[in-house]
Parts: sequence; C-alpha cells; structure tokens
Amino acid sequence: MDFLNAETLLECCRKQNIPISGAMLARETSLGSCTKESVAERLEKAVQIMRDASHDPIENPKTSIGGLIGGEAQKVRRYAEANGSICGSSLTKAISYGMAVLEVNATMGLIVAAPTAGSAGVVPGVLLALQEEYELSDETLERGLLNAGAIGYILMRNASVSGAEAGCQAEVGAASAMAAGAAVEMLGGTPEMSFHAASLALSNLLGLVCDPIAGLVEAPCQSRNAIGVANAFTCAQLALSGVTHPVPFDEMAEAMYKVGRTLPFELRETAMGGNAGTPTGCALNCGKCK
Amino acid sequence: MNFISLFDVIGPNMIGPSSSHTAGAVAIALLARKMFQEEVRKVTFTLYESFAKTYRGHGTDRALLGGTLGFSPDDRRIPDAFQIADELGVAYSFVADEETKTNHPNTVDILLENGEGHTLSVRGESIGGGKIKIVRINGIDVEFTGEYSTLIVKHTDKPGVIAYVTQCLSECAVNIAFMRVFREEKGAVAYAVVESDEEITDHVLEKIGKNQWIEEHMLIQM
Repeated sequence: MDFLNAETLLECCRKQNIPISGAMLARETSLGSCTKESVAERLEKAVQIMRDASHDPIENPKTSIGGLIGGEAQKVRRYAEANGSICGSSLTKAISYGMAVLEVNATMGLIVAAPTAGSAGVVPGVLLALQEEYELSDETLERGLLNAGAIGYILMRNASVSGAEAGCQAEVGAASAMAAGAAVEMLGGTPEMSFHAASLALSNLLGLVCDPIAGLVEAPCQSRNAIGVANAFTCAQLALSGVTHPVPFDEMAEAMYKVGRTLPFELRETAMGGNAGTPTGCALNCGKCK
Repeated sequence: MNFISLFDVIGPNMIGPSSSHTAGAVAIALLARKMFQEEVRKVTFTLYESFAKTYRGHGTDRALLGGTLGFSPDDRRIPDAFQIADELGVAYSFVADEETKTNHPNTVDILLENGEGHTLSVRGESIGGGKIKIVRINGIDVEFTGEYSTLIVKHTDKPGVIAYVTQCLSECAVNIAFMRVFREEKGAVAYAVVESDEEITDHVLEKIGKNQWIEEHMLIQM
C-alpha cells in the first residue's frame, strides 16, 4: 500500500477506517520490507534519543561549537519555575525541549533529524511535552511520530525539506506542520483535522527565510524551533476546535515549494542575507567561522 | 523515485549539527575506510567549496576523521575524534581548497595510507539529508551510494572481464540490483561497481580474484 499525497492518504484512512499513523505503518511494512516489530523498535530508539536531547541541556547546558548559543533551554525553564510562564506550562515545556534539542545539535550531540537537523527540536518538543502534560502512553507517542512521518514524507516527496532549496519554511515550517498533525492525532482528532492543522502550520510560516548567522546551525535556528513549536500548538488547537484551512494540504505543499523556489539565493542557507547579512551577523561570521 | 522511508523523515539518528556537513561527512569517510580494507595510519582530507568554507563550525573535520576511524553517523565518540586518532597513532591533516570548482558544493577528497605504500584516494559528495555519493576512486570517475551491498572490481579494460564477474556472481546466487563500469580510457584501468539488495558472500571474492585481469576488489556489505 502506498500514498503519494495527502488526498490519497486521507482516502486510505477513510476507506480502511484507520488513523494517519496506521496508514503510514502499513506503508512502511509493505514497501519498506520491515516488520511492525522492527518499526516499533526503531521508533523506540528515536524516542530515547529525542528524550535525552530534550532534557540534557536543561540540566547541563553547553556552549555550541560556533559560540552563538548555549544555556537557553535552561534559562526558559528556570524563568518559568521562578516567575510562572506567559505561554502556560505545556507550551513553555515544549519550547524549552525544542530549544534543548538544537543546543545538543550545535554541540555535536546525538539528535534525530526530523525532518532535518536544523529543525530537529520541533517534533520532539511538541510530542514529548504533550505526552507528559496529558499523561499519554508511549504507544500514543509513537503513533504521533508515525503521523508526523507521513506528513513529512509527503512534503519531502512533493515539495522540499531543504533550507538550501526552499528556505526555513521548508525546514521549521515542515517540522511544525508535522508536529501539528501529530498533536491532533495524539489528542484524538481525525485525519482530516491533522491535515488542517498541518496546512495552517505551513501557511503561517510561509516565506520564512533560511539565514543562519555565520552559516552555523545555531542562531536564529534555535529560536525558530521555538516558534515552530508554538505554531504547531496553535494550529493543533485550532484544528481540534474545528477550525479549517481553506486550501488543502497538497496545494499548500506546492505553494510552499513555489515560494521557496522564488526566494533569492541570499535567503537560502548561504549566510548572506537576513540575520546573517546584518553588520552584526557578518562580524560574527568573520570572528567565529574563520 | 527512490522509496522514502519513515526513517528518512524521522531520522537519520545523527551527531549534529548538520546532516550534510556532519552526518554526510561521517558517511563518506566510513565508506572510504570500508573500501580501504587495511589499517589506516595516515589520512589527508581535501575539502572543497562549502565544505572548505564552513568545515570547522559544522564539525566536518571531526566527522570525517570519525568516519575514518570506523564510527557511524550516530556515534557519540565523533566529537572526540581528534583525541582518539592521536591515541591510536593515526596521522591526519585537512586542506581547505577554496579555489577548485567541483560538481557539488559539499565535496571532499580522502587519501588513505597504510604506512607501507598502499594508498586509496576517494572523492565523496554529501548530497543532503545525510545521503552521500562516492564519485571518484583513485582518479577515476565512478558513482555509487553505499546504500546497497557493493562490490567494486578494479580491472584492466579487456573483453570478457565483466562477463567473468557476472558469472561469478551468478554462481554464488547474488542478484544484481545495479551494475556500472567506469574507465579512464580504452584498455586501461577500469572499475566495475555492482550493487545488490542482499549480502554479497565473501565466497564471490575468491572466485573473482582468480582472473588475471582483475587487480583488486573491495566489498562493502550493507
């Protein structure tokens, strides 16, 4: 069994009365020549890595190789503990996890690209925080990863998840769409709701440029992961409430790709424009990278 | 289009910070080491274009050295690769060549030496998401990914050599997924690259080694 876009995936879900995660699992076991058990085993490993990367920097912060980040996840957590949080406890936790993963990534630690290294904080940030806040089972968490994987696969196949090709909207934007769709399924929403959440998430970050200071996966990447988390929370909340996006996901994916292709070269991971192109960004480039 | 797996999206599991500049670099070097099949005493990395410009900030240097030491892209020892190489007595150096143009911005040449005159030069490209291609062996343009079990046969470009290789594979019941032959010029050194979905038994090598025109073979198991 296979699906090439959201439309055929949703048809599959309707006909067989299965969630998005079920369809993705069926695709993986039928085409990827692996068993349900081996998929579960690999997902469990991914969850373990995600969990470590979400927690370690909160206990033991480290400075990144490029020196632009380090300690942010712990700051967010400590402020919330001392003063309460503006975003509420679930979102604050999710943001701190997402930022922690980027910190691990920037210090040459072990992460799971989801879908890329630069956007690796969004999916674990959202999914792990929801699991804790709603006391969800590991099985539900793994269904979330399958759902996120299905959405990411469609974007990888029909659009792009590369910052160099289509900007940050293709990395953090894609990760945010994946996390939003997964959150909906984990909290009991329908496959259609998952794709409304994913469409809203892509739409909200449409046009976001990739402008890493000094070409490093540090700033603004880390705080972009925080915004990817917050966007996923918002869009999942909207979709679960019955809010829809007028443009179907497959058309949003194409729109994202087209917008990405029209972004100038300077705003696609070349470290020449945006944050990287400011006088301060340039100065950091010469000081840190050479 | 190649099959995109769940674990291409939720994955790879990797040491950061960059799938192309870190994980891909480890994968290229690990493949080169598997091809060398001997102890590495000295290694020289020549980095081009984007690799040359940003290798330090992305840990590309430690990633390449880690791969040469046999580490996979998710090995937590990668950040300590310099120290581990020093302890093992593996000499290493990095050359950043920002002038030469290459086909892909993330390109590296790896020269492996065993200290007793045996060398292997491999050019790799990191093509995104941790995926890689080997595009040159000892100066000859080739192309393979290391995602399948791969048999590389260095031979003299003579009639019948390829038929001999496929005969050996057939006798050992190896199903060929892809096969390509690369050569510098007619009658000179050539490389046959065979990729298979399944394990290629070592037994094939014994048979293949018996042909007078076959100089060397390398086997990388999936």
